[in-house]
Amino acid sequence: MDCLFGFVGDGFVMMGADTSACQSIIRVKQGIDKILETGGKKLMGAVGDGGDRVQFTEFIEANMQLYSFRNGVPLSTNATAKFIRGELATALRKGPYNANLLVGGLDAGEVSLYYIDYLATLHKMNCAAHGYGALFMYTLFDSEWKPGMSLEEAKVLARKCIAEVKLRLVVAPPEFLVKIVDKDGCRVVSLEE
Amino acid sequence: MGLMSYNGGGIIAMTGKNCVAIASDLRLGSQSTTLAVDFQKTFKIHDTLIVGLAGLVTDMQTLSQRFKFRHNLYRLREDRDMRVSAFANMVSSMLYEKRFGPYYCEPIIAGLEPDGTPFVMGMDLIGAQGQSEDFVVAGSNTESLFGVCESFYRNDMSPEELFETVAQCLLSGVDRDCLAGWGGIVHIITPEGTVSRTLKGRMD
Repeated sequence: MDCLFGFVGDGFVMMGADTSACQSIIRVKQGIDKILETGGKKLMGAVGDGGDRVQFTEFIEANMQLYSFRNGVPLSTNATAKFIRGELATALRKGPYNANLLVGGLDAGEVSLYYIDYLATLHKMNCAAHGYGALFMYTLFDSEWKPGMSLEEAKVLARKCIAEVKLRLVVAPPEFLVKIVDKDGCRVVSLEE
Repeated sequence: MGLMSYNGGGIIAMTGKNCVAIASDLRLGSQSTTLAVDFQKTFKIHDTLIVGLAGLVTDMQTLSQRFKFRHNLYRLREDRDMRVSAFANMVSSMLYEKRFGPYYCEPIIAGLEPDGTPFVMGMDLIGAQGQSEDFVVAGSNTESLFGVCESFYRNDMSPEELFETVAQCLLSGVDRDCLAGWGGIVHIITPEGTVSRTLKGRMD
């Protein structure tokens, strides 16, 4: 089952997602990257079944690029999140997308993370997660997350989250990919100690 | 489970002597999972008008954006704020437009008329108006909110008394609702201005 999580640290946003593509009980492929690096310093992670995840994120990515070309600057994280919410909300009563997203980014030094669910519920949060794994991760966030965490502390928290999901969830994904976005841009981080 | 109680919440609006109060809880949930504890369900339209929205959060956010848009347009055209009763009628029309595919939200409108008269009104999801002399409630457990408000309400409360009453009613009302709570926010609207205070209650 899909799992996506994210939290903010000192000048960065860390986001992790599982790398499995599943159809019902079969794991079709591993090594899927579910976190897009969009327009400048932003991460957009998405989980959902069928083609909705890819179709919707590619649609959003195209619109992000269009905005950058037209206006010369990338859209801010707040505006990106609200645009995504608007598209999901409009589609909700026409042809809904079954995609849950997290959008995190840096705007002039300020970090922010937005939770968007498939119904187009939007909320700015410090820590957020989607999927069955989220049930475990929220409690870990409550006890382990603190404001202004360093990268090393964030890696510890990410390791704990993934370990808990693997331990307790029957349908736990075997592999996760973790990325961060900070002032130097987006990159994959290894959680190896 | 019911779209109106999917995200959870509780809202109260109450009238006082030349003042109104509107309060909401702060929980954002996805059925039994609590996602956030800082999610307000009240939206300021102008200095003497605040709307509270209870129900499905996606529709709450769409509606609050549409209200803001419509009021901004009104302000540009009329060069003044919309009066509360007019705004309430507009909300009612907007909801009834979607009669056969509604927004899953029940608005609570609280404000002061231009002459200072307090105004509170509740509506159902298709815009049926229920104006009240005393208080209105909305949310995932309105029975408990009605109960405490009916017990503690008095006529002509001052802003301080009104704050105390609304705060206690909200906190004890949402304690009986597992989908609402995690604190609250109370806005007291008077002709001089609005004071907003955050409440800390049972954090469960």
